[in-house]
Amino acid sequence: MEIFVYGVVNGMTFVLWAVGFSFVYGISRLPNFAHGALYVVTGFITWSFINSTGLPHWLSIILSLLIVSFAGVAIYQFVMIRVRGMPISEIIVSFAIALAILEGLRLQGIGGFKGFIGPGYVLPPFVNGVIETRWVTIDFQRLLIIAAGLLLLGSMWLFTHYHKVGLALRAMAQHERAALMLGINSDRMANIALGIGSALAGISAIAVMPLGNVNCESGYSVLTNAIAVCVIGGLGSWVGTILAALILGLATTMMSALGGTMWNNVLVFGLIILILIIRPSGLFGQQKELEERV
Amino acid sequence: MGEQKETIIRVRNLSKSFGGVKALNQVSFDLFEGEILGIIGPNGSGKTTLVNTITGFVKPESGEIFFRNIRLTGLPHYKIADLGVTRTFQVVRPFFSLRSFKNLIVPLWSSRARRFASSRGGDRDAVAIDLLEEVGFERDAYVPYKSASSLPLGYLKRLELARCLALRPEVIICDEVFSGLSMSEIASMVPLIERLRTRGVTLIMVEHRLRELFSVADKVIVMNFGEKLAEGVPEQVMQDEKVRRAYLGEEIKV
Amino acid sequence: MAEQERRKERLDRGIKARTEGLYAISSWREVSYLLAPRAGLIIILLLLPLIVPGLYWQRVLALAGVYALLAISFDFLAERVGLVCIGGAFMIGVGGYISGALNYYLKLPVFLTIPIGTLGGALLCTLLWLPCLPLRGIYFAVVTFMFPFLTTSLILAGNLFEGTEGLSPIMGFPNTWIAVYLMIVLILLFIFGLRRLCGEDIGVVFAGVKDNDLAVFASGINVTRVKIYALYIASLIGCFAGAFVAHFSGFVGVSLFAVDFSIMPIAACIMGGPGTMVGPALGAFILAPLSELLRGFGQLRVVLYCLVLVGFILFKPEGLLSWAARKYHQIEHWVKV
Repeated sequence: MEIFVYGVVNGMTFVLWAVGFSFVYGISRLPNFAHGALYVVTGFITWSFINSTGLPHWLSIILSLLIVSFAGVAIYQFVMIRVRGMPISEIIVSFAIALAILEGLRLQGIGGFKGFIGPGYVLPPFVNGVIETRWVTIDFQRLLIIAAGLLLLGSMWLFTHYHKVGLALRAMAQHERAALMLGINSDRMANIALGIGSALAGISAIAVMPLGNVNCESGYSVLTNAIAVCVIGGLGSWVGTILAALILGLATTMMSALGGTMWNNVLVFGLIILILIIRPSGLFGQQKELEERV
Repeated sequence: MGEQKETIIRVRNLSKSFGGVKALNQVSFDLFEGEILGIIGPNGSGKTTLVNTITGFVKPESGEIFFRNIRLTGLPHYKIADLGVTRTFQVVRPFFSLRSFKNLIVPLWSSRARRFASSRGGDRDAVAIDLLEEVGFERDAYVPYKSASSLPLGYLKRLELARCLALRPEVIICDEVFSGLSMSEIASMVPLIERLRTRGVTLIMVEHRLRELFSVADKVIVMNFGEKLAEGVPEQVMQDEKVRRAYLGEEIKV
Repeated sequence: MAEQERRKERLDRGIKARTEGLYAISSWREVSYLLAPRAGLIIILLLLPLIVPGLYWQRVLALAGVYALLAISFDFLAERVGLVCIGGAFMIGVGGYISGALNYYLKLPVFLTIPIGTLGGALLCTLLWLPCLPLRGIYFAVVTFMFPFLTTSLILAGNLFEGTEGLSPIMGFPNTWIAVYLMIVLILLFIFGLRRLCGEDIGVVFAGVKDNDLAVFASGINVTRVKIYALYIASLIGCFAGAFVAHFSGFVGVSLFAVDFSIMPIAACIMGGPGTMVGPALGAFILAPLSELLRGFGQLRVVLYCLVLVGFILFKPEGLLSWAARKYHQIEHWVKV
């Protein structure tokens, strides 16, 4: 039972990680491989605000979310915009930036900048305390993750279905030419999408990082997991995202309980590769361009 | 005295849906060796889907397709082309990054072309230039050496046919090969089609340009909403009540 | 009052026009115009091991060669065949592990393990990547990128081939000179070979696959089979590089699957001039020593590759070699419009 609950929590964590990436890729077809880097950066910036400048918790969070949003928009505006339309270049470029950021954070000794290495960076959880129920003991932070996941998904769904900008973004995703003809500015939409996507990455960082610590390696695993969820669940489908995330979450929790964390990676990568081969558009995917249209 | 012409392609009860739309609904017909069969019908009647299913680009839901005695249903597109049933594309798809004659090196490299290669087969470049000449590229002008991206549509359509010819096909299915061409270009295409027939190639031509098609076609099939409406000699088919209704709409009683 | 606008005009140099086709052999001047850059680069490459100061830099050279091979293989697949394969590390790992294991467990000598590692490794890579071939561009790239990580996890989780410790010691080359020159000769052979291959008819088919694979299918050719050929050739190069690394460093471990081996060749390729095959090798020979120089700064190397990569993609996607070739063949000047 406990495994189940923690599995669900894990699944929700996957949801949080994936929603930012899925939003940007599903909506504006931009594979933002810098997602993991932005995640980690949020963590470090928040930590710096809290510890080095002593700002109150909530203010640090808001500020770092803003910063990360801007960073995402900057990445699009200055870099991705020039390689728009060439998907391989988009991947390579955004991943290169991600690498630069992540490895840069690990630098030591340049101009007195001591890199962010080591387990010492911890973000405090929002609420302390633990609930004891009949079946399982669970801490508030984890419950918060579930709540946050649902909230984010719900608000994203509402946003893209009812808000003018959200609808415009969906239009862009479905048929870029038609959207352009209606006066929707592709670049501005992409900027917005990337800004929101980065903020989502940031929010997931804030929610999840207090469970462990802030480190650079998680940048890669977050990216991989986000991709896994999107690939397995299919892009453009919120249902697919949740289901895939839950499947992955439960599977990895069970795997950890049974075999140890090393096999986790095997599972995740193996699943990605398997799904990409068998059903490239994902379990619920709506990307028909993977089939030929003659 | 006409000999019994052999049925070269048999299509039986072919059906295909895309989502909720029934693109093909129990279509059946026979194609006889050496004839030119036209397929006409309003837009959206399933003509291109028919071509796609016969040549293996789309899998039909039900029905069978036979080429001579070989079952084509379910075979992949390259296999079907390898057997000698080739097609052109409605929206031309040459290799834009290559020069015109280099475009033909690709089909000449295929195993079918190699099987039929003559003694000159070693030099594919020369064979390619010959092929281009056959379809009407001027040999001594610079045209065969131009990049395919700089060719006008008329030449590109001929290039498509040349691509099929490189495979020594038995059947060429032409998907709207007259579309997008000017009257004079079409006028010069018609003799090319006739030339193909004398070479022994059986043709299926999906077309919108009825007048030009009727001047070459032996038989015509009319499609509408995925079904075969009528089949027969062109004049006969155009008299058919159903066909007129499909193309022109109901008669208004004034 | 209209603004003065300038535009850049590019003209072929006189000598370039005079060296078209048969005229190339009309006199020594034309011949040397064509030969000089090529011969120059080849001679420099052959002389490099002799010029560099000391054994340490010779080792750097050999490693640069490894990256050069990977860059060439990536360039071939991406620019000539249209297959973007970011799995360089997988090829190195497979080649390295096979030849390393042959040497470690079966005590086979180097001149046997390297060929077996190359041929067998290429076979394995091709077989494993076979199901991924029908995938469209970006997905193929993502999948191939994942393979090294998967294998690393498998090896570590299952403690295969001694897991984290790896296999060591592996027998090395008789001496560094042989190793370095083997590498250089093979680089030259591969470059010539691939360029020749792409000029043949099958090269045209590759270009066709890159351009429009549907038309290739309609021409009666099984595109997947063609991609297999290309993948096998590229894996030969990659696995040889892996086998080389295994013996050169005397150690085989999961570090062979490092992300470095996947990313650096791409940076070298884009920087050097995609499509030329010489360019990527050139790029590798610039980036690798550069990163050695910066070894003291730790992770700065990776940051460097990435910034170089981004910079070139954005501002000079034609790459260094194409830029240099353009300067060599053409004169540019500003012309008033």
